[in-house]
Amino acid sequence: MSASNDSFAKTIFVAVALCLVCSLVVSGAAVMLKEDQQANKAADVQRSILIAAGIVGPNEQANFSQLFADKIEAQVIELGTGEVASDKSTKDFDQRQAAKDPATSVKLSKKDDPASIKRRSNYGKVYLVKENGKLSKVVLPIHGYGLFSTMYGFVALENDTRTVAGIRFYEHGETPGLGAEITNPQWIAQWDGKKVLSEDYKPNLEVVKTGAEQPNEVDALSGATYTSTGVENLINYWLGDNAFGPFLKKLRGGKHGV
Amino acid sequence: MAFDKAEAKSVITTPIFDNNPIALQVLGICSALAVTGKMDKAFVMSLALTTVCAMSNLLISLIRNHIPSSIRIIVQMTIIASLVIVVDQLLKAYAYEIAKELSVFVGLIITNCIVMGRAEAYAMKNGPGMSFLDGLGNGLGYSALLLVVAFFRELFGSGTLFGYTILDPIRDGGWYQTNGLLVLPPSAFFIIGLLIWALRSWKKNQVEAA
Repeated sequence: MSASNDSFAKTIFVAVALCLVCSLVVSGAAVMLKEDQQANKAADVQRSILIAAGIVGPNEQANFSQLFADKIEAQVIELGTGEVASDKSTKDFDQRQAAKDPATSVKLSKKDDPASIKRRSNYGKVYLVKENGKLSKVVLPIHGYGLFSTMYGFVALENDTRTVAGIRFYEHGETPGLGAEITNPQWIAQWDGKKVLSEDYKPNLEVVKTGAEQPNEVDALSGATYTSTGVENLINYWLGDNAFGPFLKKLRGGKHGV
Repeated sequence: MAFDKAEAKSVITTPIFDNNPIALQVLGICSALAVTGKMDKAFVMSLALTTVCAMSNLLISLIRNHIPSSIRIIVQMTIIASLVIVVDQLLKAYAYEIAKELSVFVGLIITNCIVMGRAEAYAMKNGPGMSFLDGLGNGLGYSALLLVVAFFRELFGSGTLFGYTILDPIRDGGWYQTNGLLVLPPSAFFIIGLLIWALRSWKKNQVEAA
C-alpha cells in the first residue's frame, strides 16, 4: 500500500465513495425488484387460501390469481362486532400490517393471548367461498406462536362454521422435520371434517398425543409438542369470542347477506 | 496482466479437494450445518455463496490499490454486504419458495468466513481476473461439500432428493424409517467429520502434524 492511500483525506474519500456506490446498488435492486417480490408474496397467500378452501390441491399448478378472482370474495370484518367494515378496501387492507399499528390494533394481555401474538388487529380479512350464490365455505387467517416462530396460515370452515374444510400454513420457522411437519399433507389431511367448535359454538379443538378419537381431536406432531400446542392455541383463539367468534355468529344467523 | 492458463485452472480446482474451505480450513461451518437439510436449499445456498464470493473478490481486487489499509476490513464488508443484499433480493423476486426458507442464511453469507477470508487473503494481493476465479473456486469447494452433506441428510433424513421421494417413508405409508437425527443441524457435524476423515485418508498431506 502506498502511503497516500492511508492519508486522512483518501480514507474519508474512499469510505464515502464506497458507501454511495453500494447504497445506490442496494436501493436500486430493492426498488427494481419490489414489484416481483410483492407479486410473489401475494400469489403465495392467494394460493394458500385456495388450497385451504380445497379449490386446488397442494401440488397443483393453476392460474391462481384467476381462480382466486372467480371463486373467492374477500371481506374486511370488524372483529369486535363481526360486522363488515365497508369503509375498508379489501384490496388494500393488510391484517398483518394493521396488527403492528397501535391505531388499528389492541394490545392483548397475557390472559387473553393464548396464541402469543401480542397485538391483534381490530379488523380481519376473511374470504368467502360461494357456490350457486350460497355460502359454502369461509376461510379465516390465523396465526400464533409455536416453538421458534409465528406460524401464519388459513383455516377453511364449512358453512356450519364448526367443521374444518381445510387448513394450510404458509409461513413459519419451526424445526425442519419436526415442527415444520405442520405443512405435511398427511398431517393436514386429518383436519378435514374435524369439529373445532362445540355444539354451542365454543372453540374446543384439542391436539392429543394418544391418538385422536373424538371429532374435536387432532393428532399432535411427534417431537413437536410446542408447535402442536401452538396450533391448538391459535385455532382456539382465532375462532373464539376475542377474534372471529362474533363474525362466525353473524354468519350462522344468516345476517351476513349470504 | 499475464493470464496463465495452468495457474487459472489450479486456482479454481485446488479449493475443491486440495484446499477445501470447509474440509481443510474448516470455515463456513455455520451455514453448512443450517442449510444442508434439503438438496434444493443447499443448491441455492451454494449458488448464492459462489456468486457472492466470486463477485466480491473481483470488485475488491479492482479497487485493491485504493483501499486504505486502516479501513480495509470494513471496505470488504461493505462490498460483501451489498452483494449479499442484492442476491437476497433477487432470490425473493425469482425463487420465492426457496427464498422463504433460506432468507436468514443468505443474509448470513455476509459473515461467512470463506468470503471474508478470500477477500483478505487473495483479492487484496492479486489481479481481478485471478481473484474472480479464486472466488469461484472457493465457492465451488464450499458447494461441493454442501451438496454431499445435503445428499446424505436429505436421503436418509427425509427419504427424498430434491423433494422427490427415493426411500418411501413409513409416515407416508412406505417402508423407510426416516432418521430424525439427520434432519437436525447437528448431524451435519458428523457427516462433515466423516468427510474430512475420508478426504485426509485419501490425501495424506492434509493431515496436520500431531
